[in-house]
Amino acid sequence: MKGKTAILEGSRAVAEAVRACRPDVISVYPITPQTHILEDLARFVSSGRLKSQFVRADSEFSAASIVYGASAAGARAYTASASQGLLLMNEVIYAMASTRLPVVLTAVNRAISAPITIQPDHQDTMSLRDTGALQIHVESMQEAYDAHVQSFRIAEDPEVLLPLLICMDGWVLSHSYEPVTVFPDEAISEFAGTFHPVQKLDPANPLTYGSYADQDVLMEYRYALMLAQEKAKEKICSVTKEYKDIFGHFDGDLIDTHCTEDAEIILVAMGSMVSTIRAAVDELRAEGRKVGLIKVRTFRPFPGEEIIKACGKAPLIAVLDKSLSVNTGGILATEVKASFYGNPVQPVILPFMAGLGGKEVNRRVIKEIVDIASRSGDKQGPRKDTVWMGLDHGFFN
Amino acid sequence: MLVELRIHGRGGQGSVAMAEMIAGAAFAEGKFAQAFPYLGGGGERRGAPVQAYARISDSPIKLREKIEEPDLVIVQDPSIMEMVDVLAGLKPGGILLINSEEPVDVSRKDVRICFVPAGKIAIETLGRPIMNTALIGALSRITGLVEVGTVEEVLRSKFPKEIAEKNILAVRKAFEQVGGAL
Repeated sequence: MKGKTAILEGSRAVAEAVRACRPDVISVYPITPQTHILEDLARFVSSGRLKSQFVRADSEFSAASIVYGASAAGARAYTASASQGLLLMNEVIYAMASTRLPVVLTAVNRAISAPITIQPDHQDTMSLRDTGALQIHVESMQEAYDAHVQSFRIAEDPEVLLPLLICMDGWVLSHSYEPVTVFPDEAISEFAGTFHPVQKLDPANPLTYGSYADQDVLMEYRYALMLAQEKAKEKICSVTKEYKDIFGHFDGDLIDTHCTEDAEIILVAMGSMVSTIRAAVDELRAEGRKVGLIKVRTFRPFPGEEIIKACGKAPLIAVLDKSLSVNTGGILATEVKASFYGNPVQPVILPFMAGLGGKEVNRRVIKEIVDIASRSGDKQGPRKDTVWMGLDHGFFN
Repeated sequence: MLVELRIHGRGGQGSVAMAEMIAGAAFAEGKFAQAFPYLGGGGERRGAPVQAYARISDSPIKLREKIEEPDLVIVQDPSIMEMVDVLAGLKPGGILLINSEEPVDVSRKDVRICFVPAGKIAIETLGRPIMNTALIGALSRITGLVEVGTVEEVLRSKFPKEIAEKNILAVRKAFEQVGGAL
């Protein structure tokens, strides 16, 4: 299908997609760098282009609680936040997941205080890793648009029913401008369908949400989230394929790969730096170096099997992290290593901390990572500790 | 072809909007373009130094790294040069365009320096010191990176008619009045 391509801000691309998906209820509390999404949606509602009920909230906790209630009442519900705001939503998102409410949330990635900053990294959404919510990490403004169009159908599928976070790096994606193709609202609305809840809060037929439970069912509730995330894998694959068939765009399903087939070193990363890695891989390939890339698109459900398959027989895997589990290391690297446990092929997996607190990850840094990775696995055996790219050791003197 | 540019200004002067308009004009001429801000030190405050960037290319742009070695630097507010090294990374042979009524002397001899009284033009045309559109007019004259006609189209689609026309006048005046190493 043909769309209209124009230079759009990333936040505007998100708002265009959300508008066309016609959420019944929107509740968002402003926080940098998410606020432009909120402003665009508020304008759409104010001008009548979007018929959603737009509920102002006094905090992110309230905004999350409002969309929780709306979703429980059977409404298609949307919110967005960043950084500290996501932390404040954390408690409610756990509840959303366990009570199986398919709220779509745009997480504009920004580092966590202290020290306070507005620079991007993935620490905020990683703190929501264990809630049960799905997480899709996008690399471009176009993918931000595409992923939001796909999001409601995935989240609201009767076999999934989970909150879904679309994660996009603050500034690099939210406040940057590039050509984005937007499809006609009618086509998007048709693709996104409408929410048909399997049950909902209804005064005529009372139900309890969030009731008390003991050891008889609590573990079962958590296990049900495991099953739902497995179902989400199939759903994400089918929805992204259908989107590709209709609109012609494909940004990956659970993962995306670039030049992995014969690669001797594979870089694994998420978010906006994936685009820069693509450019770096192309330049390294032109020099004859066998480097490839795996983009982890869905951090939840975690595509362990897909990563293993895409790595093939590659002997070296370098994982780039923008979040830290203190005293353990990069969170993505830890999960990639865990996925390989017991696998017949055992590549050397090297963790790199690259981009924490917005530290620059450009082609030079990426090539340095490839060089460090190439030198490891030699006689001394592979290094296991995380390599901190750009760390100022003078800071500790 | 890949042209990278950096804009220095203060919060509230429309540096990000300027990068966006340049990208918009380039895109309208069939090129690929990208614009993005850098807000350090807490950013988003009126008066604080901000930087905005743009890339223009013949092919799709994958890069999302900061621009360290721009081909072009544009300075909206020359007072910023006392605290920010606007020449940082500017490529040899690159262009420095400054909002100034007079020629400006800088420490490097390997760059082309141009100046345009964008502040004065903005007051004359818009009645307030928003220099970004005047500077785009000057940029068009110096580099031909974007055509004046395309810039005018972008302005007409971005602003209500009256404001668009005032900005178009600013673009045309700056196109005429730019001086230095053209």
